[in-house]
Amino acid sequence: MIVALCLLLPVAAAAWLALCHRRPNLREAVSLAAAAGLFACVASLSGEVLRGGRPALVLGEIFPGLPVAFVLEPLGLMFALIASGLWFVSIVYSIGYLRGNGERHQTRFFACFALAIAAAIGVAFAGNLLTLYLFYEALTLVTWPLVTHHGDDAARRGGRVYLGLLVASSMLFLLPAMAITWWLGGTLDFTPGGILGGKVSGGAAAGLVALYAFGIGKAALMPLHRWLPAAMVAPTPVSALLHAVAVVKAGVFSIVKVVVYVFGLDFEPAAFAWLPWVAGFTILAASVVALRADNLKRRLAYSTVSQLSYVVLAAALLAPLSIVGAALHIAAHAVGKITLFFAAGAVYTAARKTLVSELDGLGRRMPWTFAAFGIGALSMIGLPPAAGFVSKWFMVSGAIEAQHWMALAVIAASTLLNAGYFLPIVYRAFFRPAGGEMHGEAPWTMVAALVFTAALTVAMFFWADLPLALARSLA
Amino acid sequence: MLEHLPALQVVLPLVAAPLIVLARSTRFAWLATTVVSYACLVCAALLASRVADGGAISYALGNWPPPWGIEYRVDALSAFVLVAVSLTASFVAPYAQRSIAAEIEPDRQYLMYAMYCLCLAGLLGMAITGDAFNLFVFLEISSLASYVLIALGRRRQALFAAYQYMLLGTVGATFYVIGVGLLYLVTGTLNFADLAERLRMVQDLRPVLAALAFITVGMGLKFALFPLHQWLPNAYAFAPSMATAFLAATATKVSVYVLLRYYFTVFDPAALFERLPTREIFLLLSVAAMVVASLAAVYQRDVKRLFAWSSVAQVGYITLGIGLENQAGLTGSITHLLNHGVTKGAIFLLLGGVALRAGAGAVTMETLAGLGRRMPLTALGLVVAGLSLIGLPGTAGFVTKWYLIVGALERGAWWVVAAIAASSLIAVAYVWRVVEAAYLREAPAPAAARREAPAGMLAAGLAMAGLCVYFGFFTSINVEGAHAAAALLLRGAQ
Amino acid sequence: MSALAPHFSYWVTLFLMVAGLYILIARGNLVKKLIGLAVLQSSVYLLYIAPGKLLGGTAPIVAAGFSTYSNPLPHVLILTAIVVGVATLALGLAITVRIREAYGSIEEDEILERDRAEGR
Repeated sequence: MIVALCLLLPVAAAAWLALCHRRPNLREAVSLAAAAGLFACVASLSGEVLRGGRPALVLGEIFPGLPVAFVLEPLGLMFALIASGLWFVSIVYSIGYLRGNGERHQTRFFACFALAIAAAIGVAFAGNLLTLYLFYEALTLVTWPLVTHHGDDAARRGGRVYLGLLVASSMLFLLPAMAITWWLGGTLDFTPGGILGGKVSGGAAAGLVALYAFGIGKAALMPLHRWLPAAMVAPTPVSALLHAVAVVKAGVFSIVKVVVYVFGLDFEPAAFAWLPWVAGFTILAASVVALRADNLKRRLAYSTVSQLSYVVLAAALLAPLSIVGAALHIAAHAVGKITLFFAAGAVYTAARKTLVSELDGLGRRMPWTFAAFGIGALSMIGLPPAAGFVSKWFMVSGAIEAQHWMALAVIAASTLLNAGYFLPIVYRAFFRPAGGEMHGEAPWTMVAALVFTAALTVAMFFWADLPLALARSLA
Repeated sequence: MLEHLPALQVVLPLVAAPLIVLARSTRFAWLATTVVSYACLVCAALLASRVADGGAISYALGNWPPPWGIEYRVDALSAFVLVAVSLTASFVAPYAQRSIAAEIEPDRQYLMYAMYCLCLAGLLGMAITGDAFNLFVFLEISSLASYVLIALGRRRQALFAAYQYMLLGTVGATFYVIGVGLLYLVTGTLNFADLAERLRMVQDLRPVLAALAFITVGMGLKFALFPLHQWLPNAYAFAPSMATAFLAATATKVSVYVLLRYYFTVFDPAALFERLPTREIFLLLSVAAMVVASLAAVYQRDVKRLFAWSSVAQVGYITLGIGLENQAGLTGSITHLLNHGVTKGAIFLLLGGVALRAGAGAVTMETLAGLGRRMPLTALGLVVAGLSLIGLPGTAGFVTKWYLIVGALERGAWWVVAAIAASSLIAVAYVWRVVEAAYLREAPAPAAARREAPAGMLAAGLAMAGLCVYFGFFTSINVEGAHAAAALLLRGAQ
Repeated sequence: MSALAPHFSYWVTLFLMVAGLYILIARGNLVKKLIGLAVLQSSVYLLYIAPGKLLGGTAPIVAAGFSTYSNPLPHVLILTAIVVGVATLALGLAITVRIREAYGSIEEDEILERDRAEGR
């Protein structure tokens, strides 16, 4: 019942706020109320899930034996909590950003946001691959208007790359992978222990893993990562929520879900042996590109590509500790990256600066913003007291447990690279003299949002019980 | 009354046509057409439910027993086709009022309705008859009516398009009748069930093989099997909107049905598929259609022609099931008869609304510019139907694709899976051209006022687009019906 | 020669069929194409009717003293086919007249040229 409410609430909100087109404050209030309500609903389900319950909702069957079904399990609950919680924060931020920058089509923006969250909840709660695929594709479609929000040629081109890559990858690889799973396993339900155990082996198994890994294009494994930087044409709140939280998280969430519930942790490791190499390459290559990128959002985008592959790498190791690390990283990266994007948007709104080289001295003019940026950077690098440290700890432990020294080396190297492209920004902001005209912080709603998420990042380090409990019950 | 349902199914539209011509009133014409279309839908639904409960229905016309008399035979497959055709008709008929009023000269409008009724009668007759030559008669009734429907288009290119279609279509029908003639010479009967029995004994004789070839090519011309598709893009592009919508959704489908009927019921499927390279030929041609026609669609400027090429590609999906020849594949094919019908029907109905507001001339990408602001509901309907064309989950098109992919996997035909995925991808390219034009381009200033299509037209188009989504989730009608039909066909293959 | 004689009607059928198709394809004049179509259809008539005549068979009217009757069914079928052919021809000619009015020509290449010139 509550499960149905979780799905319907954002959709109803989208419809309602479309009607409030002419009354912006009412429209924003509807958004906020829906987000708060959604978070409350999702949170209320967490107790039951932690106790071992699996609330389910089965709607009709599309094909014989293939219903649209929702089953809550710990990983899905965590994703849903992140999505709904950060939705609320994003609305607060977006209000400041859209009004501060005089953006048009604000109703379309908030409505598509709501629908995107609905799709993300659908992905989070999916009980079988068909339902996951349904909402996964819906998410791509619903975020396209957000990516092409500005409506100009650049937006159109970015939208084409975004849509083209994501739909191509899911249609060419994910759909056949699903069909093959159905044909081999007879079911598409997510089952603890997997459904493909013993049904496929050797080269065919590796091929199936590849179909899934590249078919879930939202996880941005190279070479299918180009949609992420292309989507940076969108307004920053879109980048923040969707490309730090909803869309990319749906991608890596799906990968972890497939690894744990379709293949199972006891699956033949040889089929996964190639994946850490691809993920490792993505981590390092994306970090190198980030190092050389001057555009701040581009740097953050490639940082995201790199961080997502942490999750894929950890999942591919098939070790219980690394799975916990992967699940935790979904949460840790979300709060950390959203802080970074919020800060980037604040810098743009207040100072109209988009390049890293222009950020000198802004730390002293916008102390809150850059302090938050610093915390987000710490989380990316994986240093205490930020959330990224906790997830990295588990990923390293998992790599040691699996005796995968290459993974260990990649994690170490990328930590250094992360420091290399984040710390200089913080240094420049605080320790170099500023140029240009004087300005203050961004509008207060934006600053409040980014301070809150930075605080969350720190809080997740100190009070990691809930995410840890959820992640632990996976493995 | 109820035992005469099979005859009523055809007689109602057949009688409506001359009545419309005699009455000469456009009002009466539209009313009669709409009533008849709904009546046909009720008939078809009743027949389908009786078949689902009690098995195939056999009806002897004029009480002359088969095989000497003409038999109407309704089984799971023909019931499915009857429902698909009459469902489309019941959406197009109310739509027609404003559409025909805008596109046809006033003193010819009632004639268009008459032709539409004749076409409907012909198509329904093709689906329901159990006699080979009777099928030819209905085939020609529907074809001649459709040539006229197309020729009534506003622009003069419609005339030449109709002429070309007429030439190729008549050649196709002639080939079909040559095939039937050869079969008759060998077996001495025209009744499908009787033919099936007698052909079992003489399957490998050369005249039978020749008959198979003639019938395949003949019907292939009718349903635009690649490479016999040349007439379709022009015919659909220049026909009046209502004609395009109706023909795109039904005419080719019923012709494929005829092929299915011959391949699985009349001819011996075991001989056909084991001893002849039928599977390979159909797989090759289907994949060629799916890929080449989709690519051709991407480069079209005229939007109606773009979707006409898309229809050629979608026919490839339908014939793919014949090439796969298994339960999943055939289920996919047969369900696509309905799924594509509602998808393409919705698209052409909505495009007709756009054409009406745009005035005379082709509907090009420029006409679609800014459609999202000018006609938001129409644009939304086009997007939904376009998603079904691509085959995204939650739409009818996905249902088809799923079954075809599973069918291909069961056959181990990996390249077919790749082809299905690739053609869907190309469909994204051409559908997204339309979406981008509608939402990301500004309308040219004079046309920028917001004005939706007339209510009747808009409602029909949106309802059909809604069906695309409905059949994507509630698959009891399209999937279960197709499943039963496929099982029936394959039983003959045992 | 022995291959020709018993199957004479089939050879004629074949010739008409191919000739009709050739005229339809090769000729650019719209009326000539229709003539080709008519020739093609007439080959079909022959295909059905000729084998209907049984050796030693009489007209299919029951009469005393005769046991073998020629098959009447092909005649019925071909009557239908002829009617269809006539209707098709009539429609084709009507469309040709309208094409003449609209384009001023009934040569296929001229029509296509005029469309191209209009920039369709």
